[in-house]
Amino acid sequence: MMKGLKKWGLFSLLAAMMVFLSGCGEEFISALKPSGEVAHAQYKLLILAISIMTLVVVVVTVIYLIAFFKFRRSVVGEDVIPKQVEGSHTLEIIWTTIPILLLLILAVPTVMTTYKLGDVAAMDEVDENGNPVALTVDVTAKLYWWEFSYPKYDIVTAQELVVPTGEKVYFNLMAADVKHSFWVPAIGGKMDTNVDNLNRFYLVFDKESEDLKDGVFYGKCAELCGPSHALMDFKVKSVSPEKFDKWVAAMQKTEGNTASADSADLGEATFANSCISCHAVSGSGAPASIVQNQGPNLTTFGDRNRTAGFMDHTEEALQNWIKDPEKYKPGNLMTGKYGELSDEEVEALASYIMGLSVEK
Amino acid sequence: MSSRTQKKGFGATIWDYLTTVDHKKIAVLYLLGGTLFFVIAGFEALLMRIQLMYPENTFVSAGFFNELLTMHGTTMLFLAAMPLLFAFMNMIVPLQIGARDVAFPFLNSLGFWLFLFGGLFLHLSFFMGGAPDAGWTSYASLSLYSPGHGIDFYVLGLQVSGAGTLISGINFLVTIINMRAPGMTFMRMPLFTWTTFVTSSLILFGFPPLTAALILLLFDRMFGAQFFNHLMGGNTIIWEHLFWIFGHPEVYILILPAFGLFSEIIPTFSRKRLFGYSSMVFATILIGFLGFMVWAHHMFTVGLGPTANAIFAVATMAIAVPTGMKVFNWLLTVWGGSIKVTTPMLYALGFIPSFVAGGVTGIMQATAPLDYQLHDSYFIVAHFHYVIVGGIVLGILGSTHFYWPLFFNRMLNETLGKITFWVFFIGFHMTFFLQHFLGLMGMPRRVFTYMPNQGWDTFNFISTIGAFLMTAGVILLVINVIITTVKGEPAGNDPWEDGRTLEWAIPQPIPFYNFRQTPLVRGLDPYWIEKQDGNKEGMLYAEPLGDIHMPNNSIVPFVMTLGLFIASFGALYSPLGVADDSRVWAIPVLVIGLAITFGSMIYRSLKDDHGYYLTVAEIEEIEEQLYGKKGGNK
Repeated sequence: MMKGLKKWGLFSLLAAMMVFLSGCGEEFISALKPSGEVAHAQYKLLILAISIMTLVVVVVTVIYLIAFFKFRRSVVGEDVIPKQVEGSHTLEIIWTTIPILLLLILAVPTVMTTYKLGDVAAMDEVDENGNPVALTVDVTAKLYWWEFSYPKYDIVTAQELVVPTGEKVYFNLMAADVKHSFWVPAIGGKMDTNVDNLNRFYLVFDKESEDLKDGVFYGKCAELCGPSHALMDFKVKSVSPEKFDKWVAAMQKTEGNTASADSADLGEATFANSCISCHAVSGSGAPASIVQNQGPNLTTFGDRNRTAGFMDHTEEALQNWIKDPEKYKPGNLMTGKYGELSDEEVEALASYIMGLSVEK
Repeated sequence: MSSRTQKKGFGATIWDYLTTVDHKKIAVLYLLGGTLFFVIAGFEALLMRIQLMYPENTFVSAGFFNELLTMHGTTMLFLAAMPLLFAFMNMIVPLQIGARDVAFPFLNSLGFWLFLFGGLFLHLSFFMGGAPDAGWTSYASLSLYSPGHGIDFYVLGLQVSGAGTLISGINFLVTIINMRAPGMTFMRMPLFTWTTFVTSSLILFGFPPLTAALILLLFDRMFGAQFFNHLMGGNTIIWEHLFWIFGHPEVYILILPAFGLFSEIIPTFSRKRLFGYSSMVFATILIGFLGFMVWAHHMFTVGLGPTANAIFAVATMAIAVPTGMKVFNWLLTVWGGSIKVTTPMLYALGFIPSFVAGGVTGIMQATAPLDYQLHDSYFIVAHFHYVIVGGIVLGILGSTHFYWPLFFNRMLNETLGKITFWVFFIGFHMTFFLQHFLGLMGMPRRVFTYMPNQGWDTFNFISTIGAFLMTAGVILLVINVIITTVKGEPAGNDPWEDGRTLEWAIPQPIPFYNFRQTPLVRGLDPYWIEKQDGNKEGMLYAEPLGDIHMPNNSIVPFVMTLGLFIASFGALYSPLGVADDSRVWAIPVLVIGLAITFGSMIYRSLKDDHGYYLTVAEIEEIEEQLYGKKGGNK
């Protein structure tokens, strides 16, 4: 009877929690609105854990309130000396055993999920030609921006991760300068990008991001990394496998793209003179080392959702950013790397960069 | 000797406190020092909450925000919570076990000055080129990258104050093992003494890893070593391990004494002995032991692999069992008792649900895969503030009311105290409850700002309002203290009327030698036993009145610490430092400072100081001055 009651209690709690929590947060960033296998597994654990814990809190609160209202001095009388009870072995055993059982209910799925989410063996699988089977993205976190390269396709992009839906996407994570942490809350938990070693994990993207408010999932840096830690955002565009293949092909086609200093377009000429030593405009060629690219690859800038990871994606915002990056992202490594540009040059530059696109 | 109880001039009082080795005066010093840093760190928190009140707020700059968050955490843990708890340990433990003083009064004084000078040194960073800005955890890659001297201040300040903590911990261990009154067996020790004992052993084993880590970082930062520089074969993960091998026990170092304090308050105001005393003791020891087995749960996302994560997840969950035992024992202490809702009891009653809430979110984070989502989000911020504010701070505030009469022979105003509690308590939940959901909704911690339209605006605004309420609560407490100091009446003996343990048996004001005769302990809650037996004397005594051996005051601890303080400036401006800002005088100052410290150590070692004897005649004269008439521990 007691056992049945408890089970029933736990299930109704589970249901209530689901309803309550799913009302929280925005679909593109909330861990409470999971959009992938990993986030779902974690969400399930959240609901289980929070239900058990709510049960504990409720039990404690009930005992607490009864004790408080029953045994106030105004109720029991001013001069009463209560019986000085030493303790109770039975009770001690009960409140040692029940928590252990509750913890076991939580510990078993915890251990199982830990191993499941830690399984990256498929990253090393190759087909008969020696090519990797799974899609792996190399993520390099650099002071306040993110680089995403796809060794399988020999392409690279930055700030906006593009992934296919419906398959496990594996990640190699590393930081080039100080420690950061890679986190897409709606898709799955975070993993640190260390400076010492490569971390690996996988994520699955269930749905295309197109229908979301901004058309992207939000990604965050979750480890304090300096003044602009809060601004080290990135975006994730999940697309159908067909669209992804198209995108890859378009990226590969940018091979050899460059900006010419002799161009009639003032923007392109300025870019060639001031920017190209750090920012590439060709997405072809995965970097050979984590420190190779000093600035984000701009091949797809026109397709992106934000300027500098968090500012509006408008020419005006881009002009402001180019004029004084330090003002918007303190501590960034772009400030002072290029000479003074005239307003005219900045305007031309912004419109040139905004025109860089593989999707249009 | 009898002149020591007469009124002194201001200068003489200052000198007295600079040289004192009396545990009660050192407790007052800890209380003052801890409060100073508590207020500073609280103010830093308020600035941060104002900055986060609105999205894209520009109240403080990004760099300054990082300094604020670093100093808030570091100060609250090392320089506010620990010293405030040390204040209670110093005041209460020797009285609770019927001792004259701690085992090493000289070291006790040294411990305090090390803490104070370490803390002052750390705070000078605000005026000398910027405070540390890599978080209280100071993870190595960022702390090596950080420009300026901020991190150097962090390393040196914590090294100095950490030495003080270690010394105090050893002192309490020896005191509790050796100086208990006759009849006070281990299983008759009050729970606060027990938690102090376990906490001290945690300090003994927990602080050396921090000291080692800080030394390595010190050499990296100031003398060109490469322990944590991965480009030179160093490793930053080592820092994380060393830090958390210290850092997790540190949490228990703080919470266990708070558990102890509540275990004194709850039985007193329930008029009932602590339920399940022996299981409480066992749970305390178990928590202390397990505290060393779980550090890697702070590092689930570092990439230690599923096996390490699974082991540490399960080990962490195990801690819930002894903690749950404690909570239920408190509940059953209340059950069947006679509850008087005084201000300290109100804090205790507020503590139980708040701490349980903080505890269960801890279990949620022990669930490793779930922690991948929760780690470094606002969820963890909510969790540890529920534990630290809901546990430690409520414990400190409640005990401030509870033990104020022992410290100063005055009662804080009860009505104002209760108002303070409600303002602070409501503010606390308002600030931190919604932060759980902010974390789940994707907000990372340690962010100086956030963009609008991510669903976080309302909760952040409410959270900031809560922070204002908490501030108001603290201000009310300060007003209460001022009112009480100006026009409080002497509280007298056993002011709460239901005191159970030895500290309430001592006459007020407490003479500097504590109990005139060492009391005889006949069981758990010795004072309660004597009261129930109708003993008018207060206690039975284990010895006849005789001469009392007392230690001499000494300025040496102060000078010893001053040397380290000076040496720290030398190390800070070292020509080999990471910060590109050295001074020619750096090395000479380092040498001079260390010479002062080692010189005073040599002086202390070579000069015999056997203390002095207080004769029976002097004791009687002092007591006549204190209590007006001859005779008696009343």
